[in-house]
Amino acid sequence: MSLRIYAIAYLIFLYAPIILLPIFAFNDATIIAFPLSGFTTDWFTELASNKSLHAAVKNSLFIALVSAITSTILGVCAARAGAMHRFRFKAGIMGFIMLPLVLPEIIVAVSLLVVVVQIFDLGLSNWTIIAAHVLICTPFCIAILNGAFQNLDPAMEEAAMDLGESRFSAFRLVTLPLVMPGIISSMLIAFTISLDEFIIAFFLSGASPTMPVYIWGLLRFPASLPVVMALGTILVALSIVLLTIAELLRRRGLARAGVKDKGGFL
Amino acid sequence: MLSKFLSSENGRGLLMVSPPFLYAMLLMAFPLIAIFLFSFWTQDFMTLDTTFTLNNYREIAEKPIYGALLQRSLFVSASVTAVTVLLAFPVAYFLSFHVRPDRKSLWLFLITIPFWTSYLIRVFLWKVILGYNGVINTGLINVGLIDEPLTFILYNVNAVIITLAHAFAPFAILPIFVALEKIDRSLLEASQDLGESKFMTFMRITLPLAMPGVVGAVLIVFIPTIGDYVTPELMGGAGGKLIANMIQTQFLALNNAPLGAALAIVAMLCVTAISLTFVLINRRWLKGRS
Repeated sequence: MSLRIYAIAYLIFLYAPIILLPIFAFNDATIIAFPLSGFTTDWFTELASNKSLHAAVKNSLFIALVSAITSTILGVCAARAGAMHRFRFKAGIMGFIMLPLVLPEIIVAVSLLVVVVQIFDLGLSNWTIIAAHVLICTPFCIAILNGAFQNLDPAMEEAAMDLGESRFSAFRLVTLPLVMPGIISSMLIAFTISLDEFIIAFFLSGASPTMPVYIWGLLRFPASLPVVMALGTILVALSIVLLTIAELLRRRGLARAGVKDKGGFL
Repeated sequence: MLSKFLSSENGRGLLMVSPPFLYAMLLMAFPLIAIFLFSFWTQDFMTLDTTFTLNNYREIAEKPIYGALLQRSLFVSASVTAVTVLLAFPVAYFLSFHVRPDRKSLWLFLITIPFWTSYLIRVFLWKVILGYNGVINTGLINVGLIDEPLTFILYNVNAVIITLAHAFAPFAILPIFVALEKIDRSLLEASQDLGESKFMTFMRITLPLAMPGVVGAVLIVFIPTIGDYVTPELMGGAGGKLIANMIQTQFLALNNAPLGAALAIVAMLCVTAISLTFVLINRRWLKGRS
């Protein structure tokens, strides 16, 4: 019983900042502090007319979409190889691919910055951010897709091939529909990670900032803070929707594969 | 020859895993080697001098600021890890042993949601919670527990530790939960049938079997926290800056990328050395018990 109380207190600790967000987004004062003064939706209307914010959002959506698709494709390769094939140095190779999960993000950022700018003398653009985001998203995609590929019976694809399908069409017709919920779930998670990522994007963004980089700029001006709160409220609501869809699809995928749900993304 | 290799089980597996492997090679391993080489070069404003030199490392060893920052960073990372793992263990234990199986994924989902949402704004909101006129101070004053706002919780190392511990909480819960889920429940019954108390059963069965998860949690919190510059920048004030802030400054503001690279290498070596020591000590401890 006391454990349950502790767990609930812990959840409150986890949600404390997120609960404050909408409170200040609708608060009619420029200072982010209690007591509250009144209700307003001005901060949201201000968002609608901010041109440079719109450009940043567009950038971020593009980066997140390309990163999500690419890292999920790489994740499918790794998860399929991990679950359905035996090959030499398997543990080492899989561990190496998962390494970005524990690599400090600043290390990823500075090492790519050095390679792109100093060694290849290329400019920074959205593509440099995408390259880095694919690297850090792939381990998360693999973790989600592992759940979908494990316990998938290789005999099903073999049966399709015995019945005359090629290896690729056997994959497309048999395996792909079974792992589809996992694939979409993985894309949604990668999309959310990329959309929210700041540490790397700050180093690698070119002339046009991503949304988190733009928010970082706003945080220095006290006058723009209520607008940031309004933007944050929308972002949190959006990511909760995306994550809920991802979770529901992940569960459906597990049910299709006939695996008992052990819970969790990782 | 090639087609034979590609149709073998081994070959098909390697072919399948090669796209993500090559990607990690090109965008992780190669840049890491590049930055290692880079740390032995020097830069004078925009021109890069590629003669091999240990000057960057000499500067790090000689100027006390770098050592002090590194020490503080390691202290913060270690404290964050300790706080996060200690706070997370009871939650993971509750989830694994006391939550109905069909409710477990709901709980895990609730725990992971805050982790995925707007990192920058979450860090900023801790400022609102811990600040001079913040939620905690106004709350405590209204209740009458304190007369003046507490000042030890913002713009110092404590604030950095609290905020990072919040950011990495799910990272610590999940590995411990997975390890606890794997424990064969009949072992616990057997232990109690043989006369051990509940507490001793926990100490002699549950905790040693959960150790792989705890070690995973420690590594997955300790290593990435060294690379965070957002939290110390927003929460640390003047006395709470960390090594990652210095790396960022060297790269972006001071235009001394080779020194920044050397700092990154030193920080990573320290973290790796500490992590390996921790893993080895733990392995020996577990072996000593069995």
